[in-house]
Amino acid sequence: MCDELLHKSTPEFHRKENRKKMSGSSSLVAMKKVVQQLRFEASINRVKVSQAAADLQQFCIQNALQDPLLTGVSSSTNPFRPQKVCSFL
Amino acid sequence: MATQEVPLNETLAHLKTESETLKSKLEEERAKLHDVELHQVAEKVEGLGQFVMKTRRTLKGHGNKVLCMDWCKDKRRIVSSSQDGKVIVWDAFTTNKEHAVTMPCTWVMACAYAPSGCAVACGGLDNKCSVYPLSLDKNENLAAKKKSVAMHTNYLSACSFTNSDMQILTSSGDGTCALWDVESGQLLQSFHGHAADVLCLDLAPSETGNTFVSGGCDKKANVWDMRSGQCIQSFETHESDINSVRYYPSGDAFASGSDDATCRLYDLRADREVAIYSKDSIIFGVSSVDFSLSGRLLFGGYNDYTINVWDVLKGTRVSILFGHENRVSTLRVSPDGTAFCTGSWDHTLRIWA
Repeated sequence: MCDELLHKSTPEFHRKENRKKMSGSSSLVAMKKVVQQLRFEASINRVKVSQAAADLQQFCIQNALQDPLLTGVSSSTNPFRPQKVCSFL
Repeated sequence: MATQEVPLNETLAHLKTESETLKSKLEEERAKLHDVELHQVAEKVEGLGQFVMKTRRTLKGHGNKVLCMDWCKDKRRIVSSSQDGKVIVWDAFTTNKEHAVTMPCTWVMACAYAPSGCAVACGGLDNKCSVYPLSLDKNENLAAKKKSVAMHTNYLSACSFTNSDMQILTSSGDGTCALWDVESGQLLQSFHGHAADVLCLDLAPSETGNTFVSGGCDKKANVWDMRSGQCIQSFETHESDINSVRYYPSGDAFASGSDDATCRLYDLRADREVAIYSKDSIIFGVSSVDFSLSGRLLFGGYNDYTINVWDVLKGTRVSILFGHENRVSTLRVSPDGTAFCTGSWDHTLRIWA
């Protein structure tokens, strides 16, 4: 890591400073919020990974042909592929 | 040593125990449904062939590190922002610069195109997000019409218009995200929950409703309800800062890129991480991720100057792209999926297809 990254003007410096400030907040109010949030998160409905994965896969397959970067659309239809500027009718 | 302190400490200890119990329960519930891995389900899917993706355009003009970019809905214009305070609007087809604005601060870490194409938003170390209407008159000074919208108490890390020009969502080094009304500058909703800087955000595809995901230095990715401000789901499996989050095109999952050199996929309905995209040979952080239109490919921009292309279903890398001469800091696929753009600390942007 170069020293430039730790200079005061860089976000990395701000990140490290913020981390120091924010760790260790263990007040009662904060903890109550944490517990409330965890209770909420624990209560949501979930599906099995097999079902979720099947749906992700299904989406990919259904949309594969409409994905130019996946199918490698030819130069005539991809405006970026030809090196020269295209003329659009 | 007042007697009042004893019950207070007991309650705190009580809550801590309860929070530990709830965390274990959460893990248990998630584990019960972990019946298979994504790549196992995808075994029967046809593998991807060789990809030929090259730099098709190079956009030169920034005088320093490019930090952020965004596409216009017209699929050809791009806005980019840089460490030197410049925000430039380009025509990616011709590589011409159409507008340029100099911000009053350096490190413009965030920029976004308005859905109408008529304005751009940007901000960074000034702790604000400002909106500049784009004038058709090239000679007009854009800075004159600048509108200050968001005010945070630390740097602005990311911004995005919602599905209209009227609202902007921001994330900040102050640990919060916020939703703002552009016209009045009013704060509509704030989102608290990250324990450190929030570095990135992405809005769910409009069909999936009013949610967004954010990633931060606390290694957490949080999914939020935009109307209530409530954090709906939280994921903490990365081992370092999360620099980028992006929804899967169906809205049922999202990917993240982190300083721990991995990209990960989290499914929202299974409520867990379902894939990790990593290799022993990849040791530098991921700055930015985005999906191809079908969600089959995941593009990651890395701090080792490369772009790795992953097969989302099988979990394998299908391509590695070289070209930039410094860190890739930002990466977005175009709205019609015909290309993707990267911005780099080498001062340039590249369009790949």
